[in-house]
Amino acid sequence: MSASDDRLATTLLRPLERGGLKWFLFVGFLAAVVGCGLFAWAFQMWQGFGLTGKRWPVFWGFLITNFVFWIGISHAGTLISAILRLVNAGWRRPVTRCAEVITAFALMIGGLFPIIHLGKPWLFFWLVPYPSSRLIWPNFRSPLVWDFFAISTYLTGSLLFLFLPMIPDFALVRDRATGVRKTIYGALALGWRGTTHQWHRLETAMSIMAIAIIPVAVSVHTIVSFDFSMAPVPMWHSSIFGPYFVAGAIFSGIAGLIIAMATLRRVLKLHDYLEDIHFENLGKLLLTMALLWGYFTFNERLTAWYGNHTAEYNTFQATQNGVYSPLFWTMVLVNFVIPVVILSIRRFRTITGCVIASIGVVIGMWLERFLIVVPSLAYKFMPYSWGTYAPRPTEIVITVATFAAMTLLYTLFAKFVPIISIWEMRAGEHAPIEEMAPAPEHRLGETHA
Amino acid sequence: MKAVYALYSNGDAAQRAVNSLRSAGYDDHDITVISGAPMEEYEFSHIGRHSYQWYIACAGGLAGLLFSTWLTTFAEKDWPIVVGNMPIVAWWPNLIVIFEMTMLGAIVTSVATLIITAGLGRKMPKLYDPEVTNGKILVGIAQPKDAAGADVERALLSAPGAQVKSV
Repeated sequence: MSASDDRLATTLLRPLERGGLKWFLFVGFLAAVVGCGLFAWAFQMWQGFGLTGKRWPVFWGFLITNFVFWIGISHAGTLISAILRLVNAGWRRPVTRCAEVITAFALMIGGLFPIIHLGKPWLFFWLVPYPSSRLIWPNFRSPLVWDFFAISTYLTGSLLFLFLPMIPDFALVRDRATGVRKTIYGALALGWRGTTHQWHRLETAMSIMAIAIIPVAVSVHTIVSFDFSMAPVPMWHSSIFGPYFVAGAIFSGIAGLIIAMATLRRVLKLHDYLEDIHFENLGKLLLTMALLWGYFTFNERLTAWYGNHTAEYNTFQATQNGVYSPLFWTMVLVNFVIPVVILSIRRFRTITGCVIASIGVVIGMWLERFLIVVPSLAYKFMPYSWGTYAPRPTEIVITVATFAAMTLLYTLFAKFVPIISIWEMRAGEHAPIEEMAPAPEHRLGETHA
Repeated sequence: MKAVYALYSNGDAAQRAVNSLRSAGYDDHDITVISGAPMEEYEFSHIGRHSYQWYIACAGGLAGLLFSTWLTTFAEKDWPIVVGNMPIVAWWPNLIVIFEMTMLGAIVTSVATLIITAGLGRKMPKLYDPEVTNGKILVGIAQPKDAAGADVERALLSAPGAQVKSV
């Protein structure tokens, strides 16, 4: 066994073996918050939607905001990981699994919201295309059905994309574990040995999936945007919504990934693996997306303002100067001004700087989703149908619980699975010469670290 | 004797062992190399490279495309209601469902192909050593003929640092 192999396995398997009082207290706290969310949901089902702040004409509030937000966060993982795998970026190795896990859990959480929003979640199966006793099929011309197909395809693909590269690591844990753990990890390893034959099959499958999952990821958020843009509602009915949503999703996804990586680095002491260069590269990506987000927002706003269509202009004014303006300008500050200032100055593009910018972006993107959903419904075409929306405790508790659920699922995952792919790190150490060779005079050479 | 193998600390030694086995008359098909990570810089890692996974994934995608085309068309005709002034069979929205199911078909097929062709989910063969996950590289022959066992051992020992074992 080489010293580096031993160090790798020992360091990266350490989190699987430790579990102190602090860990249990933290998990217990998160579970309690999630429990509160489940209770609020159950209470809402029992009492009905009158319990929420949804009133005519605003029937989409926090729940749909959360749906769009979490689907957006899910773009952190699989999409980024797939792109980095395809371009064979050497620095991806410690990042990919951290990212893919975010996708899986964020999709699970995001996918719950349309079901919560149904009010009667037990009727969810009406979306499933099957010949019921009355021979009624779902309406394939409805964006809600498109959501079902898009999210279930992306979730299936993302879970498989996450699981496949975990198989060799499960085998590694299997070979080091004893007792029940050996049995469980043995089952998860599916009899993996690591023959050349198996490595080829695995890597080919990963390449196919990487190619397939990128358009699926793009389609998912485009289809989520169709939930809005297919409707003749002021500031929704726009062809820019597809790319605008995708850009926003990648933007918030990268921010989520940076926060997760910084937390893992600190808590699990992974300083040797999640290095400054990873944060700097992701920081540059976040900066690019901040600029792109600013570009799209300007396009969207200018078109509405210049077009001067009465209904659109009213919605526009409500967000720029009206009741929603504090949220709008906060969004601009944390989504554009702060990230651009911090991340464009190299001295500030540190881990702390990236995390500060990322926290701002996560908040800003949630606000953006809220500002897309609510003001347009509150200021529709006829002034007599104008209304307002204020969230009620049930929606707030459910929203907070989803953040706790994400943290809880991530914490549990990091406890039972190596959060950094050990075999990929080893493969990096054995990387072919052409992959490892840096371009000395070129700063992009950093990406091959 | 079910298998004879040796463990090596580095890829160079494993490559020499593979070459010796070839010199001793063994085909690539008979030689098993097991490592804790892919080692593409070595020639032995190319054993068993050829596969039809890409073609099978494409076939899976095609199956998804055909099935979803049938499903959307059939369902719309089976429950023919005009919605939003769209035709009964509305291709624009159907394309979304067809796209998703095409991709799903390709993804699921590629995973199924991996499981089947890589022999996952089956009983683990005898030719394995947990030391592989500690960074060792295993080179061996499964089920050598009794008379040839000594030849295999000799070939494996020709590479430096070999620990020859049999199961």
